[in-house]
Amino acid sequence: MSPIKTYLQVAGALFGLLVLTVAAAYVNLGPFNTAAAMVISLAKAALIVLFFMHVRRAHPLIQLFVVAGFFWLGIMLTLTLSDFLTRHG
Amino acid sequence: MPAEPAIAHQFEDAAQQRDASTLGMWVFLATEVLFFGALFLGYTVYRLRFPEVFREASGHTLVVVGTLNTAVLLLSSFTMVMAVRAAELKRRLSLAGLLLLTAGLGLTFLGVKAFEYAHEIHEGLFPNASFQFAGADPLGARMFFYLYFLMTGVHALHVTIGIVMLGIFALRALLTPRLERLHTPVDLLGLYWHFVDIVWVFLFPLIYLVGRHT
Repeated sequence: MSPIKTYLQVAGALFGLLVLTVAAAYVNLGPFNTAAAMVISLAKAALIVLFFMHVRRAHPLIQLFVVAGFFWLGIMLTLTLSDFLTRHG
Repeated sequence: MPAEPAIAHQFEDAAQQRDASTLGMWVFLATEVLFFGALFLGYTVYRLRFPEVFREASGHTLVVVGTLNTAVLLLSSFTMVMAVRAAELKRRLSLAGLLLLTAGLGLTFLGVKAFEYAHEIHEGLFPNASFQFAGADPLGARMFFYLYFLMTGVHALHVTIGIVMLGIFALRALLTPRLERLHTPVDLLGLYWHFVDIVWVFLFPLIYLVGRHT
């Protein structure tokens, strides 16, 4: 459990990042529009996982399981895209 | 029948029992990460194949409505974490109230989503036989809307399950003689609710914000 102030700050940051991601979508960043959106989404997800889901102060074994879940997702995305992104013709 | 002990016999203490429950919930959430991950991967593969038409099709979604709905879901994560806090502090009425408030925000989200679906079906964007798209590549647009309805639909199903659980837990909070036993279950429900919020955090820009700058 964290103080209410922490939860309010995290919620404020989440709303700030929501405004930022919508604003960034209307600026032409070329190929970086999607990258910017994903970086902002990752930041929001990290805030939720660490503070709202209390992983920041969780038992190290729980932290390991959290990381493993997302790591396996990374394997699935990386190996599949290493095929689709390198096809020619 | 004797009352169930507060700590099951296989655990050393309450903290270990609690960590075991949290660990189990995270194992379940890891399977959910891979389940939604496969859908996001499918989206990515088709977007790489039809980059132009995905931008065009995304322009047909209601971006203002989607943004407000994202704010509703983020706010519900805040009320959920406050409910978990109330459970830990054994505040019965604030726990029940915050759980119901979170459920209400979830219902608001679903109501807005239903409004969007009705709008899109009316526009002929539902990928069935009556699908209509006036762009250069209706097949690619159809794939965008197929993924849109599938991913937001599966997400909405998760929100629905969460709302039902929130309602049940609010009743339990009001009726249980042992409020302290509800702390861990409310914590785990919170993990589920926040996870569903995280899925939406990634869905939102991939559905509503593609190609808004063009």
